[in-house]
Order: sequence, then C-alpha cells, then structure tokens
Amino acid sequence: MTRVGRVALVTLALVTLFAFALPLVWTIAPEATDPAHRLADPTSVHPLGTDELGRDVLSRLARGGQATLVVGVAAMLTALLLGVLVGGAAGFYGGWTDGVLMRLTDAMLAIPGFFLVLVVVTVMGSDLFTLVLVIGGLSWMPVARVAYGETLRWKAADFVLAAESLGAAPLRILARHVLPQAVPVLVVSATLGVAYAILTESAISYLGLGVQPPTPSWGNMLQRAQQYLFTAPVLAFYPGVAIVIVVLAFNFAGDGLRDLLDPRSRNRA
Amino acid sequence: MVVGEEVGKFLALRLASGALVVLFTSALTFFFVNLAPGGPSSIMNMTATPEQREALVRAMGLDRPVAERYVTWLGGVVRGDLGTSLTSDQPVAALIGERLPNTLTLAGAALGLSCLVGIPMGILQALRRNTWLDHLLSLLSAIGLAVPVFWLGIVLILVFAVSLHVLPSAGLTSVSDGSLGDRLAHLVLPTLALATTILPTVVRFMRSSLLEVLGAEYMRTAQAKGLAARVVLGRHGLPNALIPVLSAVGALVPRLLGGTVVTEAVFGWPGMGRLALDAANGRDYPLVTGIAVVVAAIAVATTVVVDLAYTRLDPRVRLS
Repeated sequence: MTRVGRVALVTLALVTLFAFALPLVWTIAPEATDPAHRLADPTSVHPLGTDELGRDVLSRLARGGQATLVVGVAAMLTALLLGVLVGGAAGFYGGWTDGVLMRLTDAMLAIPGFFLVLVVVTVMGSDLFTLVLVIGGLSWMPVARVAYGETLRWKAADFVLAAESLGAAPLRILARHVLPQAVPVLVVSATLGVAYAILTESAISYLGLGVQPPTPSWGNMLQRAQQYLFTAPVLAFYPGVAIVIVVLAFNFAGDGLRDLLDPRSRNRA
Repeated sequence: MVVGEEVGKFLALRLASGALVVLFTSALTFFFVNLAPGGPSSIMNMTATPEQREALVRAMGLDRPVAERYVTWLGGVVRGDLGTSLTSDQPVAALIGERLPNTLTLAGAALGLSCLVGIPMGILQALRRNTWLDHLLSLLSAIGLAVPVFWLGIVLILVFAVSLHVLPSAGLTSVSDGSLGDRLAHLVLPTLALATTILPTVVRFMRSSLLEVLGAEYMRTAQAKGLAARVVLGRHGLPNALIPVLSAVGALVPRLLGGTVVTEAVFGWPGMGRLALDAANGRDYPLVTGIAVVVAAIAVATTVVVDLAYTRLDPRVRLS
C-alpha cells in the first residue's frame, strides 16, 4: 500500500480512538454547562477552552466525533446494501430489470440530492435513524454502478458457468460466486462513501436538521460557532479541522486501498 | 441530411429522458411527502385545531386519494401552478420565482469560476506531470474535496469580513447600497465557497483527460510532422481533451445546485436553498416539494444543454 494510504489508515485509527476512548478517561460531560466560564481560553481544566455555554470543547469534540463517525459509517453501510442490491440485480438479471434499475440510478444521479434531504426532513423530522437512512438512500448510486459493472464482468466467467451447469440456483450464484469477486472494488467505494456521508451529515447538522443539540456533532458545533465568530473564532476552528482531517483520511485510504486491491487501476494516471 | 436527422433523434431522446427524470422526481417527492409517516396526513390526526385541520385539507385536498391528488397537482405543475405555501399563503411558484434568479446567479458564478480556474489548473498539472507543482495542486484538490462548504464559508467570512474588513459577509446587497459593485462584492465569498464543491473535480478531469490525449498516436503524428509544440497542444491536444471535460462539468451541476442550500445558509443569500431550508423548518410541504421539482428540472435542463453542445463538438458521439 502507498505511504499516503498507510498514513491515512493510521490517522483514522487515531481519530476513532480519540472519539471513542477519550470520553472514558476525559470524563467531563459534553453537555455540562458552566455559566461562570463561558468562552474561556484553554486552561488545564479545559485544554481547548469552553464554548458559549461553558461546555468543555475537548469533550464535545470527542463526543461529536462519535456521532459523526457512527452516522457516516452507518449511512455508508446503508448505501452499500442498496447499491449492491440494485447494481447486482441489474447486472445479473439483465433485460428489463437492468433497464429499469440502471435508469433509476441515472435519474437519482441527475437530481440534486440535497434538496431531497430537505424534503425528507420536512416530513420525518430529524433523528439519527432518519439521518442515516436519508444519507444512505441518496448516495447508493456510485456503489450500484460499481456492483453493476463487476456483476456483468464476472457472470460470464468460467467458474460461474461451471456453478450454473452444476445446477446452482441463480441467487446462490450471485451471492456465492459473483458478488464476492466485487468485494475489493466495493471496499474502495465504501471507504470513499464514508467521506461523502460525513460531509453530508455535517452539512445537515450545520443546518440544524441533523444531529440535535445537546448531543454534539462536528456539524452542529459549527452552527453555534458561527454566531460567535467575532468573539470566539477558535470555536469554529476545531470541528472544521476535524472534519477535513477525517474526510481527507477516508479519501486517501480509499485511493490507497484501490492501489492495493485493484492492481489494474495502478497503470491509470 | 442523415446527420441532421440523427441529431434530431438524439435531441428528442435526450429531451424525453430528461422529462422522465423530472417526472420521476415529482412522483418520488409527492408520494414520499404524502405517504411517509409524519406527512401532512398524520398532522391531521395529531394536535391540530379543527381550523388548522380544515385549512390543511382545503390547501392540499387531503380528503382525496393520493394518486388522484398527484394527478391534479401534476396538472397544475404543467400549467405553472405549484400549489400554495402553507407558511406564507402565497403561491409556491411566485415564491420560487422571486428567489430563482439569486440562486442562478450564485450557481452560474460558481460554475464559471470553476471552469475558468479549474481547466487551466488541470492543463498545467498535465503538462507538468509528476513535478512538485503537480503534486502540490493535487494535494490542494484533495483538500478542496474534503473541506465542508459551510466551514470554508465560515473561514472566508472570518478572514475577509471579520479580520480584513474587505468584503461583506452576508446578504445580496448592503442596506443603503444597491449598485453593481456592491452586488458583485456580496457575490465574491459565496461564489468562492460554492465553487469548491466542483472545482477540484474539474481539475482532476481536465488533468486526466489531457494526459490521455497527450499519449495518443495523433499527437505523436502532429509532433513528427514538425509542428510547433504550441500548435500541437492548441490544435490537436486541447480541443480533444476539453470535450470529455465539458460532459463531466454537466454531470457536476446537480452537485453544484445541492451545494447552494448550505452556501446560501452560511451567507444569508436569499435564494432557493434558503427558501427550501425555511420550508423544511416550517414543515411547508407544498413549498419544499415544488422547490425539489424545480431544482431537478434546472439540473436536468442544464445536462441536456451540455449534452447537445457535446454532440455539436464531437461528431463521434452522434454515431454511437
């Protein structure tokens, strides 16, 4: 694997550790307010200072990371499932199934998804579950295209024909022989998918329609921070940098995994 | 006139499939809004006062089956009637019409900036392949793709409005000033922020497209003929490399339009994105549905136009 890819994977491990292990030792509650020390500068009690309600920024950053990572990964898994179902079925069954499903994929790619997010939130309100479903439900199309291409590529392979001639049921062939071949490329799109999901989650939460306060997420921390740009610009710094680092790491990890798992792509520029 | 006929057929096909996508969006949003748990029909069963309930029934025809309401609504949409907003009691089409020019200005400026900056950057990277400059610009593109639009917006406000006081941070114009210069000044920061949603991708497409063309046989032929390097690149390289980039830019328009929601929120830009956000916060179903359909129609129309330009520029496409 490339050096950049390795650095990215280590970064992701460290961020995960920060988000999930730090709250175990750094036990200041992210919701605990301290009106006497609002917008405080860094001290030994609050190494990153406090926000507009006197809440500990370090602890909120770690907890916010949890929400962001969990929603990102869960949304990616949703998109992966939908994409594999749609792309796999279209490629494997062909004919009108292919026509309908892949035109649906094209149509979903042709419309600005963020406005559909707003439609869903208008109707269903916002909780974590809805958030995961809506992000996954609007980002499965690239996965579907990958799964479609791979299914088409492998369904004519000799070992698939062999399984067919041995009388294996179509669904079994798809699940046991065709889709496993697609795992390397799917891992790559899944990794890139987490980056997309995290950017989307943070944008929705920034707009106040995603993760709801008092639960912190990097997106909703930035929403509050913008109101204190003049007095405490540093509040806008940490969550933003955290998002950039994580998204960058997922993108580089995806590129690195592509080089590792899909040698054919190495020759491309 | 075989070619003319083929272009006509392509045009008709492309328009029809575009219309289908808009129809699909309208059905998707309308049925979702009306059938999902939490939709207007469930408000009916909740705590609404009888007057509110009656107003909602009148406004949305909730006493009729969903499919019938969809057909009625679609009939209205075709005639330019998108229903009535629940929060402001005004026609949805009028509300959208008020905001549409602002969003188109912002999105158009960001699209223009992305092409004006992204295409030369991609060309430069391809020509200086594997130099420190190429690597630096690639890193910048990667960072650009990772920066959330709204955070970049906040940083831009912090730097240019709060610290340096050189550019306004919000709104369409200043309160007392409506001059062209003032309008342009207000456009700068939102355009910069929105452009990052697609700029890095334009750069990447341009770089890889030109690299592919530079390796083509006809480029070697042109060089072997003894043409000057500038002519080889300008006559043979760039025209061929730009065509796929054009189609890629067309495919980026939905992402660009989606980015307007967040950009308009950060900069208080009174466009469709802000309108949709207000509609979502106010649970204004007819408004949010209408906006989704109009935005989809704009995205699809842009893609169709780009595709047509594409066929004019590249005769090979017509034949396939």
